[in-house]
Amino acid sequence: MKRVRLSYPYIFVWMPIFIVAPMLFVLYYATFRNGSFTLDYVKQVFTTSNYLPALWTSIWIALVTTAVCLILGYPVAYILSTMKKRTAALVSLLFIMPMWMNMLLRTFAWKIVLDKGGVFASITEFLTGQPSQILYTPAAVLIATIYDFLPFMILPLYTTLMKMDKSHVEAARDLGATGVQTFTKVILPLSVPGIISGITMVFVPAMSTFAVSRMLGGGKVKMIGEVIERKIMEQNDPAIGSTLSILLIILVLISMAIMNKVDKENSSTGGTLW
Amino acid sequence: MKKFVSLILAAAMLMALAAFIPALTACDSSKTINLLNWGEYLDPELKTEFKKRTGITVNEKPVTSNEEMLQLLEADDCPYDLCIPSDYAVQRLIKGGKLAEINYDNIPNIKNIDKKYIDITNGFDPGNKHSVPYTWGVLGVLYNTTMVDEADLGSWDLLWNEKYKGEILMYDSIRDAMAAALSRKGYSLNTVNEAEINEAANDLIADPSLYQAWVTDEVKEIMIGGGAAIALVYSGDAVWMMDPEEGNTDLEFYVPKEGSNIYFDNFVIPVNSKKNELAEQFINFLLDPEVAAQNTEYIFYSTPNTEVPALLGEFLSECSAFNIPAEDVANCEIYKDLGEDIKLYNTAWDMVLAKR
Repeated sequence: MKRVRLSYPYIFVWMPIFIVAPMLFVLYYATFRNGSFTLDYVKQVFTTSNYLPALWTSIWIALVTTAVCLILGYPVAYILSTMKKRTAALVSLLFIMPMWMNMLLRTFAWKIVLDKGGVFASITEFLTGQPSQILYTPAAVLIATIYDFLPFMILPLYTTLMKMDKSHVEAARDLGATGVQTFTKVILPLSVPGIISGITMVFVPAMSTFAVSRMLGGGKVKMIGEVIERKIMEQNDPAIGSTLSILLIILVLISMAIMNKVDKENSSTGGTLW
Repeated sequence: MKKFVSLILAAAMLMALAAFIPALTACDSSKTINLLNWGEYLDPELKTEFKKRTGITVNEKPVTSNEEMLQLLEADDCPYDLCIPSDYAVQRLIKGGKLAEINYDNIPNIKNIDKKYIDITNGFDPGNKHSVPYTWGVLGVLYNTTMVDEADLGSWDLLWNEKYKGEILMYDSIRDAMAAALSRKGYSLNTVNEAEINEAANDLIADPSLYQAWVTDEVKEIMIGGGAAIALVYSGDAVWMMDPEEGNTDLEFYVPKEGSNIYFDNFVIPVNSKKNELAEQFINFLLDPEVAAQNTEYIFYSTPNTEVPALLGEFLSECSAFNIPAEDVANCEIYKDLGEDIKLYNTAWDMVLAKR
């Protein structure tokens, strides 16, 4: 009983003030005008073509980021899981280390690397004879989001693969499965929980990325987070901003539901986040 | 347990004390005025000088936007005695009855302010009853002389010139970007004609690849580093970027012939202040020619003070962004507070944001 009481400050003070109340405000701003219920704002979001493009941009940037992180991250996680524990700990420290630094600083570093006269331009000039500037393009935003979120893909994958019972792999090889067969029939299915939590941890925050597109997109790569911020802060119009926020929340919920479903159908190991 | 409680009490008392100290120094002394100002917008040496001459201490609190100033000034328990908001904010504060009338008997140096600027500021403060102009600036075009041909200069068209595709920086601010597009077509910057607003917005997205990026403060580092050829900027920022010490001497500035926006930042005294006379003394001090010149050399913004130009150093007296020709100023318009009509701009701007 006493221990339950320890959670009261969180449940009765923190949650109502910082989680429930703000959500209610958002819902109110999105569906009420001058005190009466309206769906005009929702209609406005879907009928004008001013807001949906930013949503599509967010979705495709999140999808590509997730896919690239998975393709890059899976082999790394697998190799890590086959290493000796101490070596693996040391190597994974290298992945985590950049995360000790604030994300804004990392993004700022990318700005310098990708800018005219930056490292990237020098490399492309060396390779093709023509310096290319990709700062202020979707490619620049993608590079930074992939860089930022890759550790969030590798770590859950590594944890799942490490916990996997290696005797399954040995049994498959003993019974005559080829390397490819062992991977597709045994290792891959067993690592689904890690893949799922990796995807969730990359896709969801990537979709609502805000600072990266603002700093590297040059105002030309519009993601939904920036549109929300502008509607509320620049134009003092919380109605559309709130409607878009709710839309974003719904999208996140849908993607979580899909992940959960895939997870349940596939996993018998009962692995969860990390 | 007792020790713990007493520790907590001690901490609470310390915190209460800490909260009181700035309040004490800010409000209690009768020889102190509280100034709400933009950051880096007053030479700090002048505060020391003012204290030496009059014994009055000036407490400065920096803000970053007119919106922030408005919020602080519109509060009922506003503790400030002097503030420097821009034209449209002054207009709104007057409408809300938040400003005290200024007693010009205490400001003899008002004679140093050029009559032609008073005529403009009358547009947002009829009779200048509530405000005294401090600095002004004009929206215009900054360009790099090593990258732009002289024949292309003079008009807003430079921001739409295909020759400089990818070398142009736009100012990522709703009224300012729209101002360039509107005055290029000969429309008023304060138009509430929907067709004109939409035409201007469509011009801004006619060819998105023209613009390297839409920026605000980043414009400084990019232009100084030669990363772009052309940028839409305010004259005050332009002077800063053209400064031979920290900027780039290849940069030049002009006000397009079609006209542009002119803004004024103005001294105002909040209606709740009880130290009007001290505040007026400080305004008078800052309008003194020597003092104004020293301040101008520090902040780099154009001044309406007629006595200052003769006292300035070489850079400012020759800088094209500091010495805006009178005929260009006459061609400029101030922004008006559009009230509800700003929604027309917001809708058009949403389209620009989605397609640029």
